[in-house]
Amino acid sequence: MSSTTRYFRNIGKGFWTVLIGMKVTMKHMFTPAVTVQYPDARMTIPERGRNRLYVNMDDCIGCDQCAMACPVDCITIETAKSLPTEDLGVTSTGQKKRLWVTQFDIDFGKCCYCGLCVPPCPTECIYMTNVFEFSDYDRKNLIYSFITLTPEEVAQKTKQAEEAEREAAAKKAAAAAAAAAQKAAQAAQKPQTSPTDSSQLTPSAQTSPIQKNVPEVQPPPSSTGSENQNQDKPN
Amino acid sequence: MAELHTEEMVLNMGPQHPSTHGVLRVELVVDGEVVVDAVPHIGYLHRCFEKHAEAMNYQQVVPYCDRMDYLASMNNDHAYVLAVEKLLNIQVPERVEYIRVVMAELQRIVSHLVAIGTYGLDIGAFTPFLYCFRDREMVLDLFERTCGARLLYNYMWPGGLSHDIPSDFIEKTKVFVKQFPATIKELNDLLSYNEIFVKRTANVGVLPADVAINYAASGPVLRGSGVKWDLRKMDPYSVYPKLDFDVVVGTGEMGTLGDCWDRYMVRVREMEQSLRIIEQAIEKIPEGNVQAAIPKRIRPPVGEVYVRSEAPRGELGYYIISDGSQNPFRVKARAPSFVNLSLLPEISRGYLIADMIAIIGSIDIVLGDVDR
Amino acid sequence: MHNFITYYLGTGIVGSLVSSLLPLLWIFPYALVAMWIELKVSAHMQDRLGPMRTGKWHGWAQPLADVVKLLQKEDTIPTAADKLLYILAPLLVFVGAYAAYAALPFSPAYIGCDINLGIFYIIAVSAIVVLGILMAGWSSDNKWSLLGAMRTAAQLVSYEIPSSLAVIAVIMVAGSLNLNDVCAAQAGWFWHWFIFGKFPFLFITFIIYFIASLAETNRAPFDIPEAESELVAGYHTEYSGMRFAFFYLAEYANMFTVAAIASILFFGGWSSPFGAFMSGPVWGAFWLITKGMVLVFVQMWLRWTLPRFRVDQLMYLSWKVLTPFALANLVAVGLWTVLR
Repeated sequence: MSSTTRYFRNIGKGFWTVLIGMKVTMKHMFTPAVTVQYPDARMTIPERGRNRLYVNMDDCIGCDQCAMACPVDCITIETAKSLPTEDLGVTSTGQKKRLWVTQFDIDFGKCCYCGLCVPPCPTECIYMTNVFEFSDYDRKNLIYSFITLTPEEVAQKTKQAEEAEREAAAKKAAAAAAAAAQKAAQAAQKPQTSPTDSSQLTPSAQTSPIQKNVPEVQPPPSSTGSENQNQDKPN
Repeated sequence: MAELHTEEMVLNMGPQHPSTHGVLRVELVVDGEVVVDAVPHIGYLHRCFEKHAEAMNYQQVVPYCDRMDYLASMNNDHAYVLAVEKLLNIQVPERVEYIRVVMAELQRIVSHLVAIGTYGLDIGAFTPFLYCFRDREMVLDLFERTCGARLLYNYMWPGGLSHDIPSDFIEKTKVFVKQFPATIKELNDLLSYNEIFVKRTANVGVLPADVAINYAASGPVLRGSGVKWDLRKMDPYSVYPKLDFDVVVGTGEMGTLGDCWDRYMVRVREMEQSLRIIEQAIEKIPEGNVQAAIPKRIRPPVGEVYVRSEAPRGELGYYIISDGSQNPFRVKARAPSFVNLSLLPEISRGYLIADMIAIIGSIDIVLGDVDR
Repeated sequence: MHNFITYYLGTGIVGSLVSSLLPLLWIFPYALVAMWIELKVSAHMQDRLGPMRTGKWHGWAQPLADVVKLLQKEDTIPTAADKLLYILAPLLVFVGAYAAYAALPFSPAYIGCDINLGIFYIIAVSAIVVLGILMAGWSSDNKWSLLGAMRTAAQLVSYEIPSSLAVIAVIMVAGSLNLNDVCAAQAGWFWHWFIFGKFPFLFITFIIYFIASLAETNRAPFDIPEAESELVAGYHTEYSGMRFAFFYLAEYANMFTVAAIASILFFGGWSSPFGAFMSGPVWGAFWLITKGMVLVFVQMWLRWTLPRFRVDQLMYLSWKVLTPFALANLVAVGLWTVLR
């Protein structure tokens, strides 16, 4: 088409599209707003909402699965072995607790709220709540400590665990020395000396350069279905 | 009369600029108002994703994948888990495949809504942005009910999904699918065919097809130049071969083929195609257990794999080298925005400064993707 | 009785001072109300609520809070700025916007200065704004501000032409430059309004005048000078606090001036649309203000609907579309008036 027709057509199109646009905005002027006026009104967080974590220490067996699953290493767990005489009780799923949990810190400044720590827990004691309004002025206050032991108890349990370990190590060393002495005495008695290959006693350090030694931990029961892990227990 | 000596001015756009879609610095050399050269400087958002991936196991890499292209998390996860599953050589249940496709297409719609809304903002139209985000809320609501998060989902795990879809997901999606075409029509009325918008974007930033292919462009940038290349059809993965949809290409109907308007319109029409895919996939989801195939410990055999998928911004590929251990030896992410951004100097020569905004917006970059 | 103040207080210093400061009594509350309306209108067009908490009832005190905030900001002057120009610029812009109120008849009983040149004076004095903007852009010592100021100067000067041509067409029909006479010529029921006269030419004249005046006030879609997403904030990037408040106030004052002129020229000004019913000195002020506010609302409506023009497209619109149409329109209206 000639440039004059194009000129007039452009002007016409310009006006027409402007009027259509104005009609759309005017229509929206009279549709109700979609705003929810927070904080007076709040939208409900769905059941599966991933917000702040909570740990129910009564059920925690100190297995360290959640800390290992975390991609940003925000969970720090320290445990102390309990003495055979102590009774820590049973978790709600029926497992016997054997470890004192002396440190269970979650740094919510690092937490990325991915929820990877929730499925591995064998007792389902760590779960995500619907709390999201917990900002603070100081970063240190975002490190939440979940243990239920007092600092004195923590010190006491750690000390007794260390002592028990030392005794056990001493006993083991004494037993090993006794066994070695016995073996030497037997060897001295017998005339023929059977060449005992000392290298058999040393453990062979045959680890492939790439493969790292991953401690074999009892794999947790695989979490099935959605019902179990999504009950929104109150904080 | 002696010749007037004029100098070219070097203008710095960004890294703090309302329209560069993130922390991008573009060094403009201008002669008056005409751009002579535009050099992008990136790296302000580099977060060492690939280095992180070497330090953690395959399952823990997924939240990091989310955060690369943070506006299209589902698609990032999708490509990664496809790559890991190919390494492990496992087959996921069909229910998982269908749900993944539904989520990926919903995410495509959401990502395009952001692209369109912010493009309108750059050009000066403040209102379509809010209409786009209003509809985005419906989809983010769906996502939050399914996996608990609104933006960074960690939903697709190697071997399956983190949660099964809730019981009301399908009907809520149907409600969304029913009412979304009205929004697209409103967007077209208010923005796409508005004469001022057309005049700002047509014939601007023209990208010829051969240049696009030479620069390895992908996604709407490539399709806007008329090249019919969509990985969901050309190199199909998941259950896309079973679904019926069209590949949208630019036609040059408002100006030249490959201008900003074409790229923008490809995104709008792709949203309609995504709706078609979702409609079909929703009906076809079979029964099954979404967590049946998730391995207890992921230790792939030694090997390497490259898997690519069609993310909203282009071809997103993961190249994973496994050394037989629980942690990957190397994860390289081929980011679509990074490659598309390299086009910028080529297509912005000779245009005005105001056009630079239109061009950067039409390439649709996300700096998280560019810098990783 | 064209100025009830000089009628009661005489034409000496006191009378002149009061009548020259009276429009300020209108501008300050109007600016606050217009800011609130803009916030609410833009919000509802975007499906949201806008301010709701400042002042309890739908955030009516939000503009007040904004003014207080601007007042208590630090007065920064960039070190390399040209101090004198930097300080003078906002004042000039406001003076250019305010001086036009001298010739605006708010009612049959009040016009600041009853000169024969009415509208001619208004158009001339509004051009001072261009000076102020150029000074602001240059003295900020900032590449982006300079670009913005140059664009604005080009825009304002170009759009004066179709705007003035449109005004001339109406003046030809009214027969006088004095705006009071223009209002009086439209007395009677609303079909006497000029917008319905000499159909369709005066209607086209109104469209041309409205578009050109939108560009004069730097409102979208002609807000290149302040294009937030391109030039950060254009010529007033470096201004903060009270100086910025001056620019802001001048923009709103300008909006109303232009809306008032449009309502005087085309919609009857202070004449009541119902003939003798609801007319008189006080009703006149009510009608002018109402018609002005309706047109201000239309300006806001357009701002939130349309994207922005690019600078060369802006120029194209002014010189190649509005000016030829305005000229052709002028000829048509002139011929019609003469041949009657």
